Amino acid sequence: MPDPALYLWILTLAAFGLFGRRVYRYVKVLLAARADKRWDHIGQRLRLVLVNVLGQRRLLEEPVAGAAHFLIFWAFVFYASSFFWNLVCGLFPFLPIPSADQVGWVRAALAVFGVLGLAALAVAAVRRYFFAPPRLEKSKDATIILVLIAVVLISALVGLWYRTSAPEVSRAMWWVHMVTVLGFLAYLPYSKHMHLLASPFGVFFGSLQPGSVPAASEGAASRDEFTWRQLLSGLACAECGRCDRACPAFNSGFALSPKMLMHHMKLLVRGDVPSGPSDGDGNGFIGDVVKPEEIWACTSCLACMTRCPVMNEHVPVLVEMRRHLVGRGDMDKSLQEALKNLTRYGNSFGTAPRARPKWTQQLQFSVKDARKEPVHFLWFVGDYASYDPRVAAATCAAARVFRKAGLDFGILYEGEYNSGNDVRLAGEEGLFETLRDKNLASFAKAHFDEVVTTDPHSFHVLKHEYPATNGARSVRHHTQLLSDLILSGELPLRKKLGMTVTYHDPCYLGRYNAIFNAPRRVMAALGLNLVEMPQNRTYAYCCGAGGGRIWMEDPPVIKERPALTRVREAASLKGVHTLVVVCPKDLVMFQDAIKTIGLEDKLEVKELSELVEQAMG
Amino acid sequence: MTGNVWVVAEQWRGHLSEITYETLALGREVADGLGVPLTAVLAGCGIKELAQTLGCADSVLYVDHPLLAEPIPELCAEALAQLIEARKPSVLLVPLTNVSLGVGTLVATRLGSSAVNFCKDIKIVDAKLQLICVMYGGKIEAAVEPAGDLAIVGVWPGARPADKGRSERSPSIEEATVTLEDSRVRLKRYIDPEAGDVDLTKLDVLVAVGRGIQSRDNIALAEELAKALGGAVAGSRPVIDQGWLPLSRQVGKSGLAVKPKLYVALGISGAPEHIEGMKDAKLIVAVNSDARAPIFNVAHYGIVGDVLETLPALTEAIEARKTASHHA
Amino acid sequence: MHILVLLKMVPDVVEDLEIAPDGKALDLEYLRMILSESDDHALEQALLLKERHSGKVTVLALDAPEVDDALFTAVAKGADRVVKVVGMDAGLTTRQAASVFAQVIRRETGLMPADLVLTGVQAIDDLDGLIAPLVAHELGLPYLGIVTRVSFDAPGQLVQAIKEYPGGVRGEFEVKLPAVLGMQAAEKPPRYVPVAKVRTAMKSQKIDCTPVPTLADGGWLSIEVVEMRRNEPAGHAEMLEGDPDQVSGKLCGILAERGLF
Repeated sequence: MPDPALYLWILTLAAFGLFGRRVYRYVKVLLAARADKRWDHIGQRLRLVLVNVLGQRRLLEEPVAGAAHFLIFWAFVFYASSFFWNLVCGLFPFLPIPSADQVGWVRAALAVFGVLGLAALAVAAVRRYFFAPPRLEKSKDATIILVLIAVVLISALVGLWYRTSAPEVSRAMWWVHMVTVLGFLAYLPYSKHMHLLASPFGVFFGSLQPGSVPAASEGAASRDEFTWRQLLSGLACAECGRCDRACPAFNSGFALSPKMLMHHMKLLVRGDVPSGPSDGDGNGFIGDVVKPEEIWACTSCLACMTRCPVMNEHVPVLVEMRRHLVGRGDMDKSLQEALKNLTRYGNSFGTAPRARPKWTQQLQFSVKDARKEPVHFLWFVGDYASYDPRVAAATCAAARVFRKAGLDFGILYEGEYNSGNDVRLAGEEGLFETLRDKNLASFAKAHFDEVVTTDPHSFHVLKHEYPATNGARSVRHHTQLLSDLILSGELPLRKKLGMTVTYHDPCYLGRYNAIFNAPRRVMAALGLNLVEMPQNRTYAYCCGAGGGRIWMEDPPVIKERPALTRVREAASLKGVHTLVVVCPKDLVMFQDAIKTIGLEDKLEVKELSELVEQAMG
Repeated sequence: MTGNVWVVAEQWRGHLSEITYETLALGREVADGLGVPLTAVLAGCGIKELAQTLGCADSVLYVDHPLLAEPIPELCAEALAQLIEARKPSVLLVPLTNVSLGVGTLVATRLGSSAVNFCKDIKIVDAKLQLICVMYGGKIEAAVEPAGDLAIVGVWPGARPADKGRSERSPSIEEATVTLEDSRVRLKRYIDPEAGDVDLTKLDVLVAVGRGIQSRDNIALAEELAKALGGAVAGSRPVIDQGWLPLSRQVGKSGLAVKPKLYVALGISGAPEHIEGMKDAKLIVAVNSDARAPIFNVAHYGIVGDVLETLPALTEAIEARKTASHHA
Repeated sequence: MHILVLLKMVPDVVEDLEIAPDGKALDLEYLRMILSESDDHALEQALLLKERHSGKVTVLALDAPEVDDALFTAVAKGADRVVKVVGMDAGLTTRQAASVFAQVIRRETGLMPADLVLTGVQAIDDLDGLIAPLVAHELGLPYLGIVTRVSFDAPGQLVQAIKEYPGGVRGEFEVKLPAVLGMQAAEKPPRYVPVAKVRTAMKSQKIDCTPVPTLADGGWLSIEVVEMRRNEPAGHAEMLEGDPDQVSGKLCGILAERGLF
């Protein structure tokens, strides 16, 4: 009878061969894609792997599924290790090492992990088939995997059970176990379980600044125009649906599903869908597989990427595709109009630059011109805060607050241009550079020590994407400045406002910059009784204006626009009649939403500065 | 200025346009001011009976030619030029409408005389013409003096009320001949617009939106106001070009001319091309965030403010009033 | 096929227009120039025809502030050659501009022969004439204005054009080539070209400069602007003051008085 090792060799070579061949093809695709250097800050990256892969942190945000997956993961890790041990012993029987099940503590660990693993599998299966959360992809793949892992665990456990009492049964179970795992290995790169291999690399090579926009490019429509990390997202995706569950566009009924986007990226890598722009006959990636409506629906709120356990890069992929569409001039007329206005007038409203500082006429004092005299704080006001009459009250309140606090501040008057953040997210990289350079030229001519802004979108891009602005010591959002002043006792508050309020964490302070406590400290100092929104901090639900969407037309929406959902959430809180915001776009979106639904009697929107002013007396 | 004042009577598809009478009214004043006769010039084919309505003028010069059946600018200009060379008027008033655009320029360049566009009013100062012209989309007014023996003036719609140019009087009609060659421009046919769901020209109340409405979604707000007032929504050209309203709702020089009892202009700047379509509305109310918007020149009541704030407030006020009067 | 497009820069009315101290012209200090809107449509129509029938688009413009940006944008959109006439005084009237265009077209190699000369139907500062018929007359070409659709059955002798009439009526015309058309609107709105592409055009393409011909006595008589003033609509409308609710109340009263609802 031929040596069983021979059969094992044949099976092993076949499995590794199939596995290797497929993985090699993927690697070739990734190597042919655009470069993206991700070898920096190795220490930080290893820590990400520790926390997210070994620690499974993001998965544990959904506790039941997370706990089950944690156990399955570690069971798998342990079983995979013992499998290789067994494989070596089986392939090289002459080696003087014990096999895995000959070592006492290994047997014990196998038993424990096996049982826990099976329990976790059962929980996972029940969740998947009876209590599936929305957007969980119920694919055949998933079922196959559950069955395979179960077989792997059960065969090991049965083998252990009969190790001494029925060695032939144990031996048979050994073969079942090995063949199943080898089969799984061969099957892995053809299924969504490629994520087992791809996701640890995805996490290691994940973005250390998830809120950053990809390096300037002409956009992507073909497979090799995306970066290798963007393509890897497709392979790393396990189709869990957390991104969809978090996405405000998806939940409002827009065409975009971040999960399907990743799925399409996976198909693109595999070569299962065409690459390149649409040829008009259904043979393109952009236009046919991924529709322009999906690409334009994103608000860049970052909820998907914040929730994704494998650190996939949905927003950069969309930005690359938007760059391609912009390059072709393929966008709706409203966005085109806004971009034309931004190019020519530096604001999306199409209003003369000279009108930017007109809001200051509503003040009883004059605001310093930082171009003409030195100031300590340069206040970057932002488009909406300057031009939109609905925001003027809040802008003026902020001015009065700064003045009462004794701050030496000034603005750039007509020298300020749109900061360019949303222009970038809309895919017009060249226009962003133009706006940035115009602002930098203004900064160079002005005299200031620090920058403060009342606009989170501007804050984000000034802090991260503008080179050291005139050597300014810091860029702060006004909530940070107010919070710092409160901590140092320099903000003269006279009254306590006993109102019960709720607070909306803006995307660009919250998810993008982890600024949660500063606004809350300010609200506490004002004596406000804060009732948190059910979806708060990194779970805050976007108002829908970001990513340039405020400049675009909405399609006839099936469900409800994000801002409407959000104000309903606020209005549902008992005793709450005020929704506090710290972003001009939030102010506008929520005011409109309240009017649309007719909630004016139940809820009003207030910018934090207006409340600070009240408390200053 | 010793020659006559001539007014081009604009004929199109068998009718004389309203602007003919407006321009006649203006021409009457100019002729009287200069102390010279007023002549209406009617060019066409087989439309002599239309000349009867031009009694505001002292005489009508009628030119009949098959090539003048349709108003082709080059042919109209050639005919006018020949008449002018023979009879030497001192002033030629040409309407600025889609039908006649280009005629004034072609006559002027053919004869080497001075031409002035955008005229909305004419004053006589020291026996000379002073033309008040509206430029830059209505934002600038210029007082212009033409030079030479012949002034060719392009006149905006609405320079004078059309009624002032109508007369019961039968004018004397003189027939003249011109020599015309085939033009290299040939009209094959007219394409009439498809009927929309509403006929704006038949409604008493119109709520019109311009660029200031800012987005397609906000048109719903205008529709609510229109409903409250029992009217329909119309739009200026930019709104139709954006695709926010169909062509049947366009008011202006290439769209409809409407004369409703009430015309509410929301976020419409008031460029002459739009004014042409609604200047004869009985009551015009305009809302615009720019205090200097030319629309306030033609409106009876004006509100300087944010359209998106004023519009819903207005709808609310009207609904409240209607409910109150129902319960009263 | 060769299409020649004539572009003119006009004052940008988005900015507040101020009057010069002499009271007869616009104050140039705060003035920004922008491509005349219907000229932009003329360019777009030319590019659409080029895409349909393959051929060349040449753009001719008179020097003015910000014209370079308009010309490079035209290149980025697909124009093959851009030419600028330099060396003239500021403040040419439309008739003078048309004369310059016509003389340059006749003198400069490569501008003619063209199948079509496209330009905007009317600019906001066309006080003494329209470019399209003036150029047509000087070049001895047929002219049609207020055009919104241009098509060739087979590029050659004739072009089909749609002209706008009042009331939504359109006229279908046939014009012998070569011809001058005054475009009201292109079949599609002027395309968007990203800033990056315009920058690339600035690096890769040159604007051909040609000196202005001596403005001979054009044989016409000029007009004189005696006074220019901002249109202050102070007289006509009765202005209603107050916040949205207050003005709404007042207006409501007025409408009710007139029995309008």
